[in-house]
Formats: sequence, C-alpha cells, structure tokens
Amino acid sequence: MRYLTDRKRAVGKGASGTGPEHHWWMSASAVALAFMIPTWLYIVGTTLGADQQTVITTFSKPFPAILTALVVIVGMRHFAKGTEIWIEDYIHGTAAKATKIAMHSLAYVIMATALYALGKMVFIGLLLGN
Amino acid sequence: MAEAKQVERPLSPHLQIYRPQMTSFSSIMTRITGNGIIVGVLLLVWWLLAAATSPDYFNFVNAIATSWFGDLVFTLSLLGVWYHYLAGIRHLIFDAGKYMDIKSAEMLGWICTIGSVVLTVLTLIIIQF
Repeated sequence: MRYLTDRKRAVGKGASGTGPEHHWWMSASAVALAFMIPTWLYIVGTTLGADQQTVITTFSKPFPAILTALVVIVGMRHFAKGTEIWIEDYIHGTAAKATKIAMHSLAYVIMATALYALGKMVFIGLLLGN
Repeated sequence: MAEAKQVERPLSPHLQIYRPQMTSFSSIMTRITGNGIIVGVLLLVWWLLAAATSPDYFNFVNAIATSWFGDLVFTLSLLGVWYHYLAGIRHLIFDAGKYMDIKSAEMLGWICTIGSVVLTVLTLIIIQF
C-alpha cells in the first residue's frame, strides 16, 4: 500500500521526472537557432564548393567563425536532447540508456571536431594575415 | 489511499491501417527531419575539418562534398532544415495555445510542407549568386 494521495502523485515533476525542463530547453534553443540558421545557411552555402584558401579565409573571419561555433554548439545540444524523445518512444530500458549516451556522444564529437577545425582555421588565417 | 490500477484500455488503430492525415504526417516529418539532418552535418563538419587539415585531404573530402552525392545530401539536408525550422515555429505557436483546432493545425502542416520546398529552392537560388 502506497501512502500517496492522488494529489501528491500529481504534484511535482511528473512522469518524466524532470518536469517541463526538457521541453522548455528545446523551445529556448529552437528560438536561438531560428535566429541564427538563415544567415548561417547563407555563409555555408556560398562557401561550399570554394577552394581551400577561400574556405579558410571565410571561416577565420570573426562573424562566420563565431556564428558557426554557436550554431554547432546550440545545434548539437538541441539534436542530442531531441533524440531522447524518439529513443523514449521506440527503445526501452538499458538499450534506451545506451542509445541516449551514444547520441549525446556523437553530438559532442561533432561539436568538438567543428570547434577544432574552426580554431585551426582562425590560426591559419592569422598566420596568413587575414 | 488511491492505488494506480491497470486499466484494460482499447488499442489505437495500427499505423498501417490508419488513414494518413496532415496532422500525423507533419508530426512524423518533424522527427524524421530533425534526426535526418545529422547526415548533412556530418558531411559538412568533415569538410570543415578537411579544410583545416591539408590540401590533399581537403581535395579528397571536397570532391565528395561537391559530387552528385554531396549535392544530394546537402539538398535533402537543406529541405530537412527548412521543414524542421517551420515545424519548430509551429510548435512554438502551439505552445502559445494558438491554432490548436484541426483546421488551423492542418493549415500549418501544409505551410510547413510547401514552405520548406519553397525556402529550399529560394536558398539554392540565392547561394548561386
């Protein structure tokens, strides 16, 4: 017998255990991405297909470098937390935990790789005197 | 003290026999696009890494990124990004408690679907110049 009343069971952070935290975070990062994505798509779209020198010059400039870093950081966190939702729908138990960890890891690897590439291009840009 | 009882609930109709509707289609597409664009991100970040590595490595990855395969991945990713973009705004509208009735929800679904194609074509035209 559980000494919980109906009300007590409903109060708190609900079935998710974390309340609306996840939903709110996804909404907030969605708004941030909505502001950044159009400009970022333009920068990437116009640079794709260029020679290496042009690519480095573009991404070593402050605005494209900072914007790309922001899109990658916020975007990859949004992706990792977003995957949790389908994982919770289709996979359960230990497999779900493992898949969530794998998805978060993938997102962090992509994030770190992009930041490394950006950082290195900024340094090459500095050496080239851009 | 209340006990949580197991209730025999009726099962909802299976996906395969359920009539496709704009509301379900737009919801499923939000999930597919949100997860699918990771393929485009992978190719793009690989290309960024190659640009920061060496001329030989850049030529190798750039050839893939600008091949028909790269074009296909990036075009589909662009379509996915724009769909997810519009669908995300739709969710923010829903969260505000607006356009929740079926007619409006279906209209927003059509806006996401058609809008994503229009925005993709527009983006492809704009980045050519």
